Amino acid sequence: MSDATAPPAAPLAVELLVRSHRLRLFELAPWLVAVAAYGLFPDYLSLGSQILIGVVFSLSLDLILGYAGIVTLGQAAFFGAGAYTAGLLAAHGWGEPLSGLVAAGIIAAILGFLSGAIILRTQGLTLLMLTLMISFMVQEAANKAGAVTGGADGLQGMEVWPVLGLFRFDLLGRTAYLYCLAVLFLVWLAARRIVHSPFGRSLTGIRENEARMHAIGSPVFRRRLTIYTIAAALAGVAGALLAETTQFVALEVLSFERSGAGLIMLIIGGVGRLYGPFIGVPLYMVAQDRFAQADPVYWDFWIGLLLILVVVFARGGLLGFVEQLWRKLRKTP
Amino acid sequence: MSAAVSIAFHGLAYAMVLYLISVGLSVTMGLMGFVNLAHGVFAAAGGYVMTRLINGYGVPFPLAVAAAFLAVGAGSIVLERALYRRLYGADELSQVLMSVGLIFMSVASAKFLWGPLAQPMSPPGYLSGQLDLGFRTFPTYRSFLILAGAMLVTLLWLGLERTRFGARIRAAVDNRRMAQSIGINTSLLFTWTFALGSALAALGGALGAEILAIDPGYALEHLIYFLIVVAVGGLGSIKGPFFAALLLGIADTGFKYLLPEFGAFFIYALTLGLLLWRPRGLFGRA
Amino acid sequence: MTRQTRRWRRSAGAAVAAALAMAAASAAAQTVKCGVILTYSGPQASLGEQVDKGIELYVAEHAKDLPQGVRLTLIKRDDTFNADVGKRLAQELIARDRVNVLAGVIGTPAANAIAPLATEARIPFVVMNAAGVTTTRLSPYVARVSFTHWQLSLPLGRWAAEHLGKRAMTAVSDFAPGYDGEGGFSKGFTEMGGEIVGSIRMPVMTLDFAPFFERVKAARPDVLYVFIPAGQQATAVMKAYADVGLKSAGVKLVGPQDIVTDEELANMGDAPEGVVTAGNYSPAAERPQNIAFLAAWRRAYGDAAVANFMSVAGWDGMAAIYDVIRRTGGRFDGDQAMAILRGWKDPDSPRGPIMIDPETRDIVQNVYIRRTERLGGHLANVEFKTIEQVRDPWKELNPLK
Repeated sequence: MSDATAPPAAPLAVELLVRSHRLRLFELAPWLVAVAAYGLFPDYLSLGSQILIGVVFSLSLDLILGYAGIVTLGQAAFFGAGAYTAGLLAAHGWGEPLSGLVAAGIIAAILGFLSGAIILRTQGLTLLMLTLMISFMVQEAANKAGAVTGGADGLQGMEVWPVLGLFRFDLLGRTAYLYCLAVLFLVWLAARRIVHSPFGRSLTGIRENEARMHAIGSPVFRRRLTIYTIAAALAGVAGALLAETTQFVALEVLSFERSGAGLIMLIIGGVGRLYGPFIGVPLYMVAQDRFAQADPVYWDFWIGLLLILVVVFARGGLLGFVEQLWRKLRKTP
Repeated sequence: MSAAVSIAFHGLAYAMVLYLISVGLSVTMGLMGFVNLAHGVFAAAGGYVMTRLINGYGVPFPLAVAAAFLAVGAGSIVLERALYRRLYGADELSQVLMSVGLIFMSVASAKFLWGPLAQPMSPPGYLSGQLDLGFRTFPTYRSFLILAGAMLVTLLWLGLERTRFGARIRAAVDNRRMAQSIGINTSLLFTWTFALGSALAALGGALGAEILAIDPGYALEHLIYFLIVVAVGGLGSIKGPFFAALLLGIADTGFKYLLPEFGAFFIYALTLGLLLWRPRGLFGRA
Repeated sequence: MTRQTRRWRRSAGAAVAAALAMAAASAAAQTVKCGVILTYSGPQASLGEQVDKGIELYVAEHAKDLPQGVRLTLIKRDDTFNADVGKRLAQELIARDRVNVLAGVIGTPAANAIAPLATEARIPFVVMNAAGVTTTRLSPYVARVSFTHWQLSLPLGRWAAEHLGKRAMTAVSDFAPGYDGEGGFSKGFTEMGGEIVGSIRMPVMTLDFAPFFERVKAARPDVLYVFIPAGQQATAVMKAYADVGLKSAGVKLVGPQDIVTDEELANMGDAPEGVVTAGNYSPAAERPQNIAFLAAWRRAYGDAAVANFMSVAGWDGMAAIYDVIRRTGGRFDGDQAMAILRGWKDPDSPRGPIMIDPETRDIVQNVYIRRTERLGGHLANVEFKTIEQVRDPWKELNPLK
């Protein structure tokens, strides 16, 4: 693939990754940081697990938003579906965590497939509205089915068994952290594979110029539905991780706030670059942990301002900003 | 029978408020193609201006409402020039995010300036109490809301049908390039339309403060209903959102009255169905 | 070495010695760390603020009551009214900050999520607001100082059937606390010969109650019982009550103290006049302990600040924790603390005498039937009937097997 066919303004990271599937050195960085964090911050491992789960969720969003260009505000529906699946299994006697993850992914994928089949033929505001409607309907249904889901009180009585029968979920959060890290690694491998594949590239084509994709006979709807389903499954896995590591599920897992937060964290890091979530999620969540505790009103204000500034001046998020800098530096002799 | 009358009455009052607030959003979305989720901020601002003037300075009700209309309209021009303008051609995601950022900032500011509780709102004496029509009584203020709303809607429709300004808006919504090529200054038109839409939202927020309390989270709490009215009504349409607001207002009230436990779910399902049947909205054209 | 340097060295040495001595002394001092988890942001922020003020006031007023050499540190966290955030914060407080006691929590979901952690860490958890019936059963380390919905609504139901009429409708928010209120009121009302002629469940996020109240107007019961989440909806309820003409139609409005919540009373106009509610605390109460409490409150927070039942729960919760500290000299584990908290009594709470039930670890307190009246130009909830030392009726009707 020569430079002539690559779109002129393609993000640098994607260019690099697409040009060679071989792992680049900088791709090891997030994993080294994550492992180092385990050793350096033993008291902050529960926050660390939340961050890892957030990265999985934002990764799922990046696949449909960054690569397929589907704007959705309802991704939490799949996150919550996964969480409740794992939660209900654990509350009714089957606390095995790994199979819980798989079950959650499957249920979320089914929900993604069914809802996607209905709504993915639309675009723009209509599609956005439909993703919202699905999300709200799922949340309402979970609230109504209080006898099953625990409703507003939350799902009680979850008992999650030790991972692989050996590693109990301890109060310090050590098992949870490593468990989430392992799952994130697998999810990342899968996402990377998808992005590099011909399928992944066709998604970028759909995002950049859908009319042309139709013209060359590419099955646009089917492709969008496929990635939507896959992303739903991954979001479901993230939800299951949350349920299993906290041994609790509340209705907030389905909320608009969760969808929105995942989106904001992705934007701050940079959309469509696969690594955006790895930057945006830790930044946002650590900042929130530090500052929102101090003054929540100011937090809302500054996050809003940051969002506007990012959109107006740094549309590619932090990674986009870094890329521009890198390009400028390479040009100067 | 009495149930039907109650539902129709309260639904209509609610619909008026929803329409006044949402019509501006429909026009700006249709005209400028801008997904402005922060539209509710203007409605809340109108509510705050009015309640602060009444509660803090004893300004009479009609004056306070007029002040809300003008002040927010003027303020929105500043916002349009400074911020919205930059993202007119941008992709949908950027617009969504920018408007979400605006909502956050406004929620935080309102909480900081006026506290987390809802602003106290009592209609003036001559608009309080009940109206006795013989066969039953109706809350006076809501009756006023229906009448005032109907008058404003009529004015709006006449204005858009009969004035040059209205003609220009309709032309630009229909075909922007064509409108520009016949000499319409679309940039100026955008600003004035945005101002009108925001001022109307402020009016809706102020008049509707009795039903939809003015608190810092207003723009977020009611966002979904404004979006439903616009999406179902059809972007760019003036009349479409009216029927959508009627539908939504009466359905919402009806469900609350007859089937409160499942109301929300059915509203969302209804919206889902309508949008799948008519993705461009009932009267959509943009 | 010059004379100056020698002098400098001597005073530096003295300073170091003094510092070491102080460090040794404070190392011998006992620090009790209390993790306070409340909601400080979002729509429920005002609730968290009320509890927080109560906590801070108690700590400020009773600094000298701590034993010699014992310090109390409050570590506050905002759960944003999310149960999983609350659970994570509790875990961090336990693992990272090593707190000796957990306190607070506005919402029942968060309290229920945190309870198992208290068991695992073996530390006491003093619940200062969450009113879900099962919370105290989820862990032997939970003690509650606030109230439960049955505790307030069942006596109210009985009183209403005796004094207001025999036909009632209930309109409650569609979630677990609403069902609790509805259940308690209905039980009390029917016990005294009344009949529930209709029950409405309203969506939790309702902002306009008029459509529901129109339905009530059509049925014309003697009594309407309303339950809404504590916070902002009370004013909207009063508005609808007046606007729809229920008040003039003679339907009497009753409910738990949330519907006439004291900090919003001033904004409600005339509608609340005559409304009868059941509550565990009203600032209008004249008992001397309350007068003293309110005087301290106004000194600390100004004349305009309103104290309500949540502020008093924060105050009383700290009183319980202080008692545990005093009786153990600041050194206690979960079991020792619970032994003290079970059966703990305070005859001097601003709300009247209270006790933590030794078996259920739930609050036992007076329930007051109050009427909202205009006193000196302001609306106030005036207590006119006291039902003494009420245990949580739900637990009595649903004993553990």
